[in-house]
Amino acid sequence: MELLLPVVVKTLFIILVAVGAFAPVITWVERKQSAVMQDRIGANRADIAGIKVLGLLHPLADVIKLLTKEDVVPQGANRFLHLVAPLIAAIPAIASFAVIPYGGVYQFGDTVVNLVVADLDWGILYVFAIASIATYGTVIAGWASNNNWSLLGSLRASAQMISYEVTMGLSIVGLFMCFETLRLTEMGLAQDQTFRLLGFLERFGIVEALPGWLSWLQLPMWGVFLQPLGFVMFLTCVMAENKRPPFDLPESESELVAGYFTEYSGMRFGLFYMSEFIEVVVIAALLTALFLGGWTVPFLPQATIIGGLTPVFGAGVATGLCLVLHVLTFFVKVIVMIWLQMQIRWTLPRPRYDQVMDLCWKVMLPLSLANIFVTGLVILLAGSGS
Amino acid sequence: MTAPEVAFYGAGALAVLSALGMVLHVRNTVAAAMSLVVTMISLAVVYVVLEAHLVAALQIMVYAGAIVVVFLFVVMLLNLRSDAFAAPRQRLLKAAGAALMLGVAGAFLTLVPRSLPSVRELPEGFGGYRAVGAELFTRFVLPFEVTSLLILAAVVGAVVLAKRRLD
Repeated sequence: MELLLPVVVKTLFIILVAVGAFAPVITWVERKQSAVMQDRIGANRADIAGIKVLGLLHPLADVIKLLTKEDVVPQGANRFLHLVAPLIAAIPAIASFAVIPYGGVYQFGDTVVNLVVADLDWGILYVFAIASIATYGTVIAGWASNNNWSLLGSLRASAQMISYEVTMGLSIVGLFMCFETLRLTEMGLAQDQTFRLLGFLERFGIVEALPGWLSWLQLPMWGVFLQPLGFVMFLTCVMAENKRPPFDLPESESELVAGYFTEYSGMRFGLFYMSEFIEVVVIAALLTALFLGGWTVPFLPQATIIGGLTPVFGAGVATGLCLVLHVLTFFVKVIVMIWLQMQIRWTLPRPRYDQVMDLCWKVMLPLSLANIFVTGLVILLAGSGS
Repeated sequence: MTAPEVAFYGAGALAVLSALGMVLHVRNTVAAAMSLVVTMISLAVVYVVLEAHLVAALQIMVYAGAIVVVFLFVVMLLNLRSDAFAAPRQRLLKAAGAALMLGVAGAFLTLVPRSLPSVRELPEGFGGYRAVGAELFTRFVLPFEVTSLLILAAVVGAVVLAKRRLD
């Protein structure tokens, strides 16, 4: 089975990095960032034999705490559904990593290495399909708990998540039209180029009227530059899907105790908590792959990097260095996107529930349809893409 | 058996079992709805094995991800107790149902093996979003537009029904 081994290695790598390293560390980052923003010190007490490392041991302490807590199942709860609900919430979040490319395609002699677990032709649809399953974790958790707060939370969650799934899909249709693909690896390759910002105006003879530097202004062909409105709308939708503040209506401590996971304790609660943070990483990775050029280095296409390094190190090592550089670039972009989400989470207050639904159906849905229309118009007028 | 065969028969068996589970769990509506979700996902796996990738994605996104969630939403709002289903025994109805099911199963078993098409080589890109989209907007554009009109009518009807109570 020479086919199976690379898949296992790539799966282990992405799960170890995203679920094993990123998710626990960002629980600490979240506490530290809120502390900085609110002029506090934040988590810094947990230590092993006096070694504190900036409070980075807190995630470890949290896990020990959650594992040793009493595991309570309320009276009248549906025991089986109460047990599986956290799993239904956590598994789709982890499974989404299967199609997200964290590097390009590299040629080592005869072997070709592509850094994605499953290079599906319908890649982004797979992510949407998987994400829509995650709704059940929340809905079932609230129902199975036999608690009115939980039920209200899960009713809110089901309506909110279905509504935002619609706009989430529509908001990136413009991006599909620009890149003419749904395959995430092809999108990454398409973003490994640059385009002249006002190039499409040349057909209309407007460019001559502009200052010279403006007409030669180059940008990497990233989704965020091609579809700025699409980026903002997609970010809003995925944050609403994630149910973290400011979209934490299903949970809202000030109204519903803790919403759908009121009756969860110990590691069962921990699984809900972890799946939220894993989703933060998934969202950051997805935003990177779709809008921020994925693994590509801006203004340095893969051929240029390998071509520049080959005379110094030889072809094999140059390709290897390029691979490492690309993977590092990808994770740097992921970290920036995680920071952005945290910043939003600690900046905006929670709107009312009707405002959240209005935003989706009355603002974002018409805007996303208009975005598709305008993108189509520009592509039609400018000829080929961009 | 090859890996696709294992996936095909495994998912097929799971689809049948979970569909049975849905029917037998009818008194516990939430459990029945969750069984339906498992049926939908197993069907999606069958579609993937049959190379119908777009249909598989839509199966999960639309049926499992949206429609059954709305079922659950309604079930939870109604808060049905299991005794709501303790209807008087309707023997005649049950007998008619059993007869109908046997008839359908008999027709299926006699007709389908006779009309099974021979295996063909799949065209390039079969079942992908490009091929399905191209077919949908060329050969089947009229049915497609008529369907969208029907759905629009249903949406308007739903809005009218919901609004009437507010005024």
